[in-house]
Formats: sequence, C-alpha cells, structure tokens
Amino acid sequence: MLGPDDIRRLCRLARLDISATEIADASAKLSSIVAMVDQLQAVDTAGVVPMAHPLDRPQRLRADVVTDVDRHELYQRNAAQVERDLYLVPKVIE
Amino acid sequence: MTWETVIGLEIHAQLATASKIFSGASTKYGAAPNTQASLVDLGYPGVLPVLNGDAVRMAVKFGLATHCKIAQRSIFARKNYFYPDLPKGYQISQYELPIVHGGHVDVQLPDGSTRHVNIVRAHLEEDAGKSLHEDFAGMSGIDLNRAGTGLLEIVSAPDMRSAQEAGAYMRKIHALVRYLEICDGNLQEGSFRCDANVSVRRVGDTKLGTRTELKNLNSFRFVEKAIEIERDRQIELIEGGGKVTQETRLFDPDREETRPMRSKEEANDYRYFPDPDLLPIAVDDALIERVRATLPELPDAKRERFTNAYSLSAYDADVLTVDKRLADYFEAVVKATKAAPKIAANWVMGELTGALNRTNVDIDASRVSAATLAALLDKIEAGTISGKIAKEVFEAVWNGEGSVDAVIEKRGLVQISDTGAIDKLVAEVIAANAAQVEQFRAGKQQVLGFLVGQVMKMSKGKANPQQVNEALRKQLGA
Repeated sequence: MLGPDDIRRLCRLARLDISATEIADASAKLSSIVAMVDQLQAVDTAGVVPMAHPLDRPQRLRADVVTDVDRHELYQRNAAQVERDLYLVPKVIE
Repeated sequence: MTWETVIGLEIHAQLATASKIFSGASTKYGAAPNTQASLVDLGYPGVLPVLNGDAVRMAVKFGLATHCKIAQRSIFARKNYFYPDLPKGYQISQYELPIVHGGHVDVQLPDGSTRHVNIVRAHLEEDAGKSLHEDFAGMSGIDLNRAGTGLLEIVSAPDMRSAQEAGAYMRKIHALVRYLEICDGNLQEGSFRCDANVSVRRVGDTKLGTRTELKNLNSFRFVEKAIEIERDRQIELIEGGGKVTQETRLFDPDREETRPMRSKEEANDYRYFPDPDLLPIAVDDALIERVRATLPELPDAKRERFTNAYSLSAYDADVLTVDKRLADYFEAVVKATKAAPKIAANWVMGELTGALNRTNVDIDASRVSAATLAALLDKIEAGTISGKIAKEVFEAVWNGEGSVDAVIEKRGLVQISDTGAIDKLVAEVIAANAAQVEQFRAGKQQVLGFLVGQVMKMSKGKANPQQVNEALRKQLGA
C-alpha cells in the first residue's frame, strides 16, 4: 500500500502538482496497480532473459551523416521566452 | 594514523562523430546557440531516435583497446531527471547491459611502476545542453546544441590510491581515445570530462569508506588538486570525530576547496527503465572483427617499440607516444635523416615542441615539417653546421625565412671546417689570452674549454668545435 508520503515523493519526482484531496484517490489507484505487479512477480522467471523490447529484432544503425539543417527560428516559435537565440527558463542555479 | 585514498574515475568522452548519436544534427563545436538542435534533440513529441552506427563502432573500438568484453546485446535505458538542458526529461543512457564491460589498462607512474586499473564498464549515452546563468536577470539561457551529442562514459573500478595515479590514469585514457580517433580529447571545449569518486580508509582496512563524487574536473591538474583537497577534508573530518556524507561536491579551483552541490535530496532516484523507443544494440563477431582491423598501434605497444627499435629511454618514449601525431612526426624524421634517433627525439621534444607551444600551433600545422627537420639534422650530421647554429636555422625556418639550405646560405652559417682558417683563429686566441694559456700549460686542463669558447665566439659559432679543440691542443703543444 502506497502511503501519502510515497505519493508526494512520486509526484515530486515526476514534477506533478497534487493537491491534498487528490492524494487518497491516487494512493488507492496506484496501490491497485502495484498489487497487480505483485501478482505478476509470483511467476517463476528463472532462466528467462529479460525482454527489453517487444520487437524481436536489433536496432537499425544510421550512417554518421549530418542531415539536419538549422531551423531554430521555427522551432523556437513555441518557446515561452527566447533571447539571443537561447531558450530562457527560470534560473536553475542557487 | 595513516590513511589510504581510494579513487575511481568516471570519464565522459565525447564521441568524434559528425552527427549526434540519435539525430542528424551536427556536433560541430562553437556554432551559434540552438542552430544544431534538431527536433529529436529538442524532445518534440512524435519524434524517434535512430542510432548512429559510428557511435557503436567507436564504443567497440574502445572496448577492444582496453581488453573489455563486448556485449552481443546491449540495451538503452532512460535516466529520468528534470533539468532545462535536458528537454525530454530523461537522458538516453545504458544501465543494466552496457555495450562494453570488464577490461583494464596498465598505467605507467612517474616512479616507473605500473598500476593496473580495471575498467568496470563503458556505455553509450547522450550529452545534455548547456545552461548559461550569468547574463539574464533571474533567468537561465539554454543552448541545446550539445544536447544529443554521443558520449562514451568510461567507469573505472576504485583502483587508484593517489591523486597522481588518478591523473596518470586520466592521461592514459585521454591518449588512448585520441589514438583510437574516437574523441578529440579537447578539455577546454569539454570533449573530455571527468568526475572522481573519492574515499579514505585507514591503511589495512578492507572495507571502503563513504565516498563523495567530485564534479567539474576539466583539467589533469584539477583532478589531482581536487582529489588532494577532498582527501585532506575527509581525513580531517574523520579524525575530528565526524563522518563523511555521501554526496556530490563541486571543485572550486579559485578557492581551492570542494563544496556540496545544491542539495538534491532525490537526485539519485533516476528510475531507469529500458527505452521503448530503441531496440537492443546487436554487435556480432563480424562487426567486432571489422572494428579490430581498424585498431592502430596503441600507445603501450608504440612505447615498447620506440624503446627497443630506437634505443630511447622510457621517458623519451613516453613523451613521444602520448600524442600519436607527435609519434608519427618523430618516426617520419627518423626515417628521413641520417642522424641517430636519440638526436631526432631531442629535437622533436625540445625545439619542435617548444616552438609549437610557444606559438600555440598544432602539430598538424607545424611550420617545420618532419622532412625539413630531417634535412636540418642531416646538416649537423654532415658537419655543415653545428648543433647550436642548427637551432638558429630552425628558428629562422619556423619564422618563414625559407628552407634549411636557403637560411644557411643567406645568413652565411656554414660551419668553418677549413684548417687554415681555424688555425688562424686559434693563433689569435692564444695571443690574446696569455694568462689562460699559461694556466693551461701549468696543468689546468679546464682552461682549454674556455679557450675553445673564445675561438667559437670569434667565429660567431661557425667553427667546427672538434677541429678547434684539436688545433688548440696542437698549437699549445698539449
């Protein structure tokens, strides 16, 4: 069972803003998912290679060639704030 | 109480690919902000990463050069954290199954001994962008040109026992990635970065002490300095009854201290999981053999060969093989000149390296080519000019005054080997230095050196010193 502290910590890690009233609901729902995972863990997987991807094939490799051109003006159109071609964000250092 | 320092390094080598590891954007250094950040690098919705094959081959190359095992199947994972220079909210890295693991390098130490350093793993990952905090009031500027550049993170075991060993290991890996041409090794531009895990324990203890991780070590000197400072801090702390806290610390070279980075209480909960956007990397034997065929002679083998084939000291061989291009230059000189390899080594390590450093010129752009230096050494060998005059010629050629022959001709530097001319100079010196001649005749042998010097001075350095010596002895009846 995930307690309120677990939920708050998970939300902090995921940068989700959760109100006090939502915590109980989130806790119940997430706990039921964890319970299902617990059920899955009962299966004996000894000797089974963990699956990294459902497609059973290797990664395709690309040739090392520059194919992208500079389109920063277009890409920056939906940025909140741009100055001297830099994306501006609230200061992230103490 | 004696203490032992235990150090492991994590080195980030930027892969020398033209395009990024998962996108077709350029990795060129120094471009205007955000002009080399593609939709993939920016983490736009709906885009997918496609792996750069050269990044894989470079990782394999490193693995082969360090006796590592190459994983037939390795997995990309998402390392989740939030920071503005990481637009996707996760860094694509490798966690459980890295492409390369379990190897080692033998590091030569200044005292002649060797330290065997195990390489735990080397994995592929993408770099983050850069944040600029200074120029904007209350804001940070983000440049994502570097985001998505391929990195090889090379993780050593905690096998080093002093700051000097850590520095030597870092230099070793630096030389190696440049030999392999998988990283340009430019520390100023951040192409080669290092974090150090440092702990101390009482000599004899087998259990490791609590470690701290030092960041921002962007020069060989800083790595050594930061480790020494952190070691002293930890020892002082423990001896004073305190305990080391496991944390990340930033080295401040100006204040010569390490201090904790902003407290990120949950920074280490990265919630890694396999990246569903990428399939496993498959490396088969054919690929490994193709990469193996491209391996150059490595620094260790080259150093060994230089000491044997050219009778160089371990020190000389070390200096000459740190940079492959310097080693190639030296060998080109040796092949083209009649002078002994040791002479060529002295010139390459002395005059050439001095001139390159002084003028801040790269060896590839050296103003004195290997062929030219060989021609110059041949002039000394043939007795046309003395070693001292050769330095003057080197300087002139470096400054663009023409070829070796042209400079010798123009400046009239040909060595005087004419017996008549030398005899005349010697006679003049004997006549002008009666007192010294008297001393010499009275048995003071050292005075001969002074007299030789006088003749050399009078000839402006052009007289053949050996002939001067002989002529002096003859005229003095010695």
